[in-house]
Amino acid sequence: MGEIIWLTVKLAGITTVLLLILATPVAWWLARSQAWWKEIVGAVVALPIVLPPTVLGFYLLLALGPDSPLMAPLQPFGIRTLAFTFEGLVIGSIIYSLPFAVQPIRNAFQAIGERPFEVAATLRASPIDAFFSVALPLARPGFLVAAILTFAHTIGEFGVVLMIGGGIPGETEVLSIEIYRLVEALEWDRAHQLAGLLLVFAFAVMLSLLLIERRTGRLRP
Amino acid sequence: MSRAPGRIEARFSGRLGDFTLDAELSTPAAGVTVLFGPSGCGKTTLLRCVAGLERLPGRLVVEGEVWQDEARFLPAHQRPVGYVFQEASLLAHLSVRRNLLFGFQRTRDEQRITLDQVVSLLGLDHLLERGVARLSGGERQRVAIGRALLSQPRLLLMDEPLASLDRARKAEVLPYLERLHSDLAIPILYVTHDPAEAARLGDRQITLSEGRTGPVIETRDDAQGARLAARLAEVGPERLFEDLCATGVPPELAQLTLAALLAGLPPWRISDGGR
Repeated sequence: MGEIIWLTVKLAGITTVLLLILATPVAWWLARSQAWWKEIVGAVVALPIVLPPTVLGFYLLLALGPDSPLMAPLQPFGIRTLAFTFEGLVIGSIIYSLPFAVQPIRNAFQAIGERPFEVAATLRASPIDAFFSVALPLARPGFLVAAILTFAHTIGEFGVVLMIGGGIPGETEVLSIEIYRLVEALEWDRAHQLAGLLLVFAFAVMLSLLLIERRTGRLRP
Repeated sequence: MSRAPGRIEARFSGRLGDFTLDAELSTPAAGVTVLFGPSGCGKTTLLRCVAGLERLPGRLVVEGEVWQDEARFLPAHQRPVGYVFQEASLLAHLSVRRNLLFGFQRTRDEQRITLDQVVSLLGLDHLLERGVARLSGGERQRVAIGRALLSQPRLLLMDEPLASLDRARKAEVLPYLERLHSDLAIPILYVTHDPAEAARLGDRQITLSEGRTGPVIETRDDAQGARLAARLAEVGPERLFEDLCATGVPPELAQLTLAALLAGLPPWRISDGGR
């Protein structure tokens, strides 16, 4: 039980950290670019919101499997497949939660507007300097929301994990899978405990999101 | 004392959206040069071109240094200007002190203007550790001016810094602007559509209408001022305005002259320093 919770938290934690790093440049580009085709990229990033997790899981299974051309570069390192591994789950989770990280950060960048960057430029800050000294701190609430959403969404993921994880104890067996397994095995008491735990967690997540929104709404100049 | 001031020479012509700017100015890099005209005439666009925030074809030379020509466009963050926007535009995530020091810490020029100087010049003593959300409109604008000064500008650009303030706040900030003028040797390009403000702060005026610059109005002329003041007392402001326009004075300039007269300031002598 403890191992399952630890693995779930570890998966969500690693996914959140990697995704925030990955989503930041994507969100920045989507927020600032003038390219007409940027919404095509935006739509691709948002796909996991509407795509059935089993569809995503199916394609990931193919992409991470031993016959995939994407796996070829990893062959020399003795890695044939990432399907049914923890690393594979991280990759799947990153793709699955991508829109939940990109969207809040993109919104936060857009809400800053042009003016603070003009101010920074007239105060000798180069564009890169302004990104770190103005854009990132002003978009902080967006990053917080993105982190919470990504973490919670990864904790709650089921379909993708089932497809590419398979529920191997200590490797890919996470909470949502375990609840499913317990119900199948008619172990209602333990299913109750885990389901209750996730219910409380989900409530705490939503509450904190609303509180962040209220606070930043008040802080806006 | 110091060497003779250089000049600011700018020429921009081009389209920006559906607005066409065709402006030319040549003014000493000393004192306050007011860019005056009705809203939508291109004053702000011209100022933004000087700051490098907007890019239109043209040429800009400040005290012999080329900031823009056919081959060269110095990006905004490399131009030694201070820019005061119409709205204070303070950085919301920083305290007053860190807003003030934002440019100061980044400038590569010699730091002639210190935090202490700016704080006492603009009366910011009691505000330093505050967050910017808890400032009044007038306080915000004073912080914005201080922040621009601390970036050690060789040219201060001010875009209607008083326009977003009510009368009382205006009266609060205006004396600070006058002190700026008398205490610091930084040339200022000052944009306004308010003739009284233009008359009170400017050493010389350049009028703009529909994207085109008019003549430079160079110096105060007391003899002409006395004559016009007498005429004003005789016929009243409306008639004098009509008279001035009838003699070929552009309406913006007539408006300025009247504002100066009504404020008890000597009006401006018109010279052909423009185009």
